[in-house]
Amino acid sequence: MLIRTNVNGEERQADVWPGTSLLSMLRDHLGLVGSKNACEQGECGSCSVWLDGELVCACLVLAAQAGGRDVRTVESLAQGDRLHPVQKAFVDAGAVQCGFCTPGLIVATADLLQHDPTPGEETIREALAGNLCRCTGYQKIIDAVRIAAECRRA
Amino acid sequence: MSTKVAERTRGGVGESVRRVDGVPKVKGQFLYGSDLWAEEMLWGYTLRSPHPHARIVSIDISRALSSTGVHAVLVASDVPGRKTYGLEIPDQPVLAIDRVRYQGEAVAVLAANDLELARRAAERITVAYEVLPAVADMEQALRSDAPNVHDFGNVLRHIRIARGDYNTPADVWVEGYYETGMQDQAMLGPESGLAIPAEDGGIDLYVATQWLHVDRDQIAPCLDLPPDKVRLHLAGIGGAFGAREDLSMHLHACLLALRTRKPVKMVYSREESFYGHVHRHPARIWMRHGATRGGMLTSVYARIVIDGGAYASSSTAVIANASTFAAGPYEVPNALVEGTAVYTNNPPCGAMRGFGAVQACVAHEAQMDKLARALRLDPVELRVKNAVSTGSVLPTGQIIRGSAPVREVIRRCAAIELPPAPSERDPLTYPGGAGNVSRGERLRRGVGFAVGYKNIAYSGGFDDSAECRVKLFSGPGGVIAEVHSAAAEVGQGVHTLLVQIAREELGIDTVVLHPADTSVGSAGSSSASRQTMMSGGAVQMACRAVRDVLFERARRAGLDRELAPDIPVAIRDGQIFAGARRVGALVEFLDEPIEQTRVYHHRKTTPLDRDGQGDPHVTFAFAAQRAVVEVDEDLGLVRVVQIAAAQDVGHALNPQSVFGQIEGGTAQGLGFALMEEIQLKDGRIRNPSFTDYLIPTILDMPPVVSVLIEEPEPGVPYGAKGAGEPSAIVSTAAILAALRDATGRELNRVPVRPDDLIGLAPPVQSSGPPPAPNVPYPEPVPKALGIL
Repeated sequence: MLIRTNVNGEERQADVWPGTSLLSMLRDHLGLVGSKNACEQGECGSCSVWLDGELVCACLVLAAQAGGRDVRTVESLAQGDRLHPVQKAFVDAGAVQCGFCTPGLIVATADLLQHDPTPGEETIREALAGNLCRCTGYQKIIDAVRIAAECRRA
Repeated sequence: MSTKVAERTRGGVGESVRRVDGVPKVKGQFLYGSDLWAEEMLWGYTLRSPHPHARIVSIDISRALSSTGVHAVLVASDVPGRKTYGLEIPDQPVLAIDRVRYQGEAVAVLAANDLELARRAAERITVAYEVLPAVADMEQALRSDAPNVHDFGNVLRHIRIARGDYNTPADVWVEGYYETGMQDQAMLGPESGLAIPAEDGGIDLYVATQWLHVDRDQIAPCLDLPPDKVRLHLAGIGGAFGAREDLSMHLHACLLALRTRKPVKMVYSREESFYGHVHRHPARIWMRHGATRGGMLTSVYARIVIDGGAYASSSTAVIANASTFAAGPYEVPNALVEGTAVYTNNPPCGAMRGFGAVQACVAHEAQMDKLARALRLDPVELRVKNAVSTGSVLPTGQIIRGSAPVREVIRRCAAIELPPAPSERDPLTYPGGAGNVSRGERLRRGVGFAVGYKNIAYSGGFDDSAECRVKLFSGPGGVIAEVHSAAAEVGQGVHTLLVQIAREELGIDTVVLHPADTSVGSAGSSSASRQTMMSGGAVQMACRAVRDVLFERARRAGLDRELAPDIPVAIRDGQIFAGARRVGALVEFLDEPIEQTRVYHHRKTTPLDRDGQGDPHVTFAFAAQRAVVEVDEDLGLVRVVQIAAAQDVGHALNPQSVFGQIEGGTAQGLGFALMEEIQLKDGRIRNPSFTDYLIPTILDMPPVVSVLIEEPEPGVPYGAKGAGEPSAIVSTAAILAALRDATGRELNRVPVRPDDLIGLAPPVQSSGPPPAPNVPYPEPVPKALGIL
């Protein structure tokens, strides 16, 4: 089936079988591999994207459900060489190790800061509880969220 | 305290410079194995055994082969070369030969136009199995009436370490029995890679792995190709933690690509990943400690059995580690350690962060607490009293020659400020968070302490050398150094570190990395906390060789007086300095590039002899942690409030990365203490998903307050010890101790479950250690018998 979707501001289309997830459409059909597939069950958040502005796990959304809607992925955040403040904060804080969870965490953090520009620690933890990281122990991720929040305020 | 921000991108050794791969990773542009793509690429898929133990009666691939979009279906008889592989012992079939020995063993592979077609076609392969009785328990494996997993029996290796008389009289004895479960590395990036057939009949494999060269050395004979026709290239790696030491999809993708003459990509799903790599060995450990009234250890007896599963993987080395670390980082004059790795029909176990020392630490630290209680001594002071130091003799007879600031590690850890007792609190901070239905009426706080240690680099006489090639040349923007190493960047930051060292040694800013591949010599594995020392040492040596050539050119160009042998020469900011005087610019002497290749070897070690005596380990890194926990005694829920950590790192070459290793290793230790276990029933995995196999979330992790103990290790580059594993070794034991302190319960098995904490499940029991098997040599059994 042919799916037409607006992805990162561009009209895109893909011919997929009906069971295809949004994640698979992005990765395998549209070449947008920034969103990662680590569990395919909505447990790890590595495939976090925005669907009409709402944070979703792309592995739990059918490609067909995204038809005619607006999808934004991690690839939309940097403007060329200029990193999004959340991206820069993750690099500076040492919140990146293997990096496989990073795109999902960056999308989830950017989403959090859109809704709450000054989150406290418990809010940060609740907001990112759906994103698994196996490398960092999360401490530097919390640092990164704080740095990004400060940077937005500045 | 944790360094907050890495300001610099271009610093040298000792600075928290930003990761070289950080920007592409945050942008989603870094290419992992699962992101690779090639024109006309096919997708590979693996059909796996549903049975833990069965004879294969017949395989019918005809319906799969005629399915839409299917290009090839391969079984064991299609493997052109050697039919088996293995890290230490080649006992694992590339594809099952007549028999399957664990649930999930690869039986057939196929390639199709896309993954969905491949999966559906695999369902059309008909395999007739005759189910055989399975050995699903490690102690059952040692019994004489157990079925044989392999024809030569079920003992893979037995280690006996005997020093002094372990029955020597003591004032106090404590005994214990401990079990640890099967942990999964659960690296977020599943197994993945892309095999591309080459014009010369060879193959190029782009793969996420920990050691390119040991992969190649296993792949080439199975493909019946000379090693130089099997070229491996490192793909982006989504974490490893030991899971990528063994081959997974490597050979299967190569076989399919060579058969179809098309590129073949294979990516495991999360479920398949649980079947597709080895796990941390479950262990059963019996210990008895003797001490004087004053609290000095006199004797340690340890009996350790680990479940190696169906194939050897690195079990032979894991049992050596578990055995040599069984007494902990303590001086003990008398010891007997008997360690056995057995084959079963459970999933194969092998490398995972901590490599045998984790299981030992759970047991020896519980024993130290028991001893402290029996002697009415402070548990921290008991540890200080008995801690090893430089010059100490270990149960193997090995003398610790390097730095061993164990007392300082313990004291600095214990001195970290405790978290305040909670006053008014957000209900979200109760154990269980939003899932807590009580209001903290029966919260109990507990504090626990643990010390542990780990060998750095490979042991037992193995020479896991590392090669590096450095090229210095003049580029359009100035002088550039290119570093070519095969070291696997698994997330730990080794690539950044190699660049830092090259900057330090060559005094220039611009250092680029050649992609890691097999066109340079082996770097050894990214495991055993070894790459800082080994590949770090190799890049340092290669850079110094480059400098020597450069200075020689400068001397020949007329600077022979300025660069006389007795004058200290340095390079800073691209300029050569003799003493304090600038004598020239690098670029003047680089009309021709300078390229040098060097190999770093660690000091020689020896294997254990029949009594487990020798000089098996290169050097050690020590760590201590103190855990503060809260247990809800109504619900059996736990919140870890704080981890205080002190780690012996020699010299932190990138402090931010070192803290990151401590925090990450702690998270894995916390997971093992509280939630992580592959649950087996009759050899079958019951929870192969992230829904059912739980790893810590950001809500589970407390603040980790770390201090680094920097006492440089003599004789190694910059005095730096590896930092990857010690935290993962001690945090499980520290949390377990804190849970015991909070509940007063025995808790002799990890992971600890809610039922254990509220007394619904009794402590695990044992009727006593199994007798040592009749294996009169320390070598792995199949090797000693000359079978494999």
